[in-house]
Amino acid sequence: MRITMAHGSGGKATTELISSIFARYFDNPILAKMEDAAVVPGAARLAVTTDSFVVTPLFFAGGDIGKLAVCGTVNDLAMSGATPMYLTCGFILEEGVEVADLERIVFSMAETAKVAGVLIVAGDTKVIEGKGGLYINTAGVGFLPEGDFEVSSSFCGDGDVILLSGTLGDHHATVLSARMGIENTIKSDCAPLHGMVSALLKENIRVRAMRDVTRGGLATVLHEFAVASGKCLQIQEDQIPVTAQVQGLCGILGLDPLYMANEGKMVAVVAKEDAPRALECIRNSPYGQDAAIIGEVVSGDEGTLLLHTRTGGIRMLTELYGEGLPRIC
Amino acid sequence: MKDYRNFLKEYDGPPIRIMEVCGTHTASIAHSGIVSLISSKIQLISGPGCPVCVTVTEYIDRLITLSLTPDMVVVTFGDMIRVSGSRQSLQDVRSEGGQVRMVYSPLDMISLALAEPGKTFVFAAIGFETTTAVYAALMDGIVHAGIANIRILTSLKTMPRVIEWVCSMQGGIDGFLAPGHVSVITGSDLFVPLAEKYHVPFAVAGFEGEQILIALYALVKMISHGEGKVMNLYPSAVTAGGNKTAQRMIETYFEPCDAAWRGMGIIPDSGMMLRSEYLKYDAGSRDLFSDHSHHPACLCAKVITGAQKPQECPLFGTLCTPDKPQGACMVSTEGSCYSYFVNRRNA
Repeated sequence: MRITMAHGSGGKATTELISSIFARYFDNPILAKMEDAAVVPGAARLAVTTDSFVVTPLFFAGGDIGKLAVCGTVNDLAMSGATPMYLTCGFILEEGVEVADLERIVFSMAETAKVAGVLIVAGDTKVIEGKGGLYINTAGVGFLPEGDFEVSSSFCGDGDVILLSGTLGDHHATVLSARMGIENTIKSDCAPLHGMVSALLKENIRVRAMRDVTRGGLATVLHEFAVASGKCLQIQEDQIPVTAQVQGLCGILGLDPLYMANEGKMVAVVAKEDAPRALECIRNSPYGQDAAIIGEVVSGDEGTLLLHTRTGGIRMLTELYGEGLPRIC
Repeated sequence: MKDYRNFLKEYDGPPIRIMEVCGTHTASIAHSGIVSLISSKIQLISGPGCPVCVTVTEYIDRLITLSLTPDMVVVTFGDMIRVSGSRQSLQDVRSEGGQVRMVYSPLDMISLALAEPGKTFVFAAIGFETTTAVYAALMDGIVHAGIANIRILTSLKTMPRVIEWVCSMQGGIDGFLAPGHVSVITGSDLFVPLAEKYHVPFAVAGFEGEQILIALYALVKMISHGEGKVMNLYPSAVTAGGNKTAQRMIETYFEPCDAAWRGMGIIPDSGMMLRSEYLKYDAGSRDLFSDHSHHPACLCAKVITGAQKPQECPLFGTLCTPDKPQGACMVSTEGSCYSYFVNRRNA
């Protein structure tokens, strides 16, 4: 069965779609009330974010657009230090979407939400004319810990240490391989990172800045840190983890892992004394086993990001210019 | 290895100008931070080996016209989309209804054409000997499968003539880092006549930072000793005679022709086009020679030939950035201006 305009009419077909798929998989007491707005308990300070997901193909090795839509918003919340609590989701479906595909995606969202410990409490579906495309928007709310805890890219200071939670480029390489019909065993790293962040905070690691490394890649994120803090960030190419498969694909296609998108990796800048404990924390967290210390913050050369290359040279890195890869998340 | 490094870092002889001809070398030199590892007396100049950068505006204008023709779709590598013709780029016309698609391999054309038999797909076939071999494979696929709705618009270039053109210019290039990918197809012997005639050394090198350093060391030594010869330092991939199968395949479908190079004009026998028996697959490639830069102050032409550095262009980094490129050298990730801008190669 395929989605038709009737499924977006607000009438019987819409109700059936909601009850047979969305309510069935996202099932929780708040959503079950089916009111116009979800009413939820709160906290003194909230983190709020939203993101839209338009990736093609909808299914790829290691994930799908549904998993991505949950992880992306959960990770954005987590990077502020918040515990992700609630998500809303809006679907825009083009006529012709296979209902079985939609069900698979919704199931995947529900499973990922369970792992991430969030409830999907509100939703919406629209159907538009088209060729079977599917797009998802998720918004999220997280609770911040009590006190005045705050992270900011402008807090990076002299001597601080830069940690990366794992290998670069896996998501980007997966989507690209799928689009080009290249067979390999590369899998998207799409994963929720809230556990990693809460482990760092529980250990009282002095975290200055955190960011999930998505579009634009590591170089773009760290360049932003350098500019915001007015410091010089130096990273070591030979310390940055990249799998042999991704490196190989990059070699063939002329891509640079430093600018490739990830969906389950984060970078953290922490106080120097806390770095060994922070590394252990991340490595012991889910999805963090390949974490590494990749560089440090120094004074001088304000607002610059320098890479010490494997060859022994120094290369100045800027933010990503140009398109990268369209519709990757 | 340490000896090579020390030698290159501490070199204090006469100033030396080495041209890397291949765009992939340009990108790799920037990525490895090679300039920070060699003496300031060794100057590296990016040559005319980035196919996007040497394409003339009339060719892009022709692609734009084709993209606006009913039931025609222009298919191209990503970089080409952003390069300006005399007035517009393919990206500009795409928002005005121009049919333009991007692929990573020309061979994707076959599945596109089979999926939509009512449309004609035109590939923007630019590149050097290496990519020409892939276009030959595409032609082989089209001809043998009898696919009627694929055309190619060629602006194919070959290396030896343009290197000779650079050699014959005043300004003096002392040695060449020879194009590695091209050499895989053509063989390293291709450069022997040039090395002998102009008495300049060539080093064929791989693309890792270490391989480039070794090649630079070899070049500086040969230049210092006044040796005009070809040294193959990439023997794992390059042979003296090259890949004969690929050469035969290219000869089956393509023949030499005059070609226009951005900023250099027409260089006789420096290009390739479809042989007359396959001209029915051509989308009007003949005589696309005219070249009018998008911005009158753009120095792309001089940058490509090593006559001026990117940062000497008045537009560099101000009016011309990767976000808003005025010339082709700022568009391609293999372009010298892009490479200097993004990696601050002289830092």
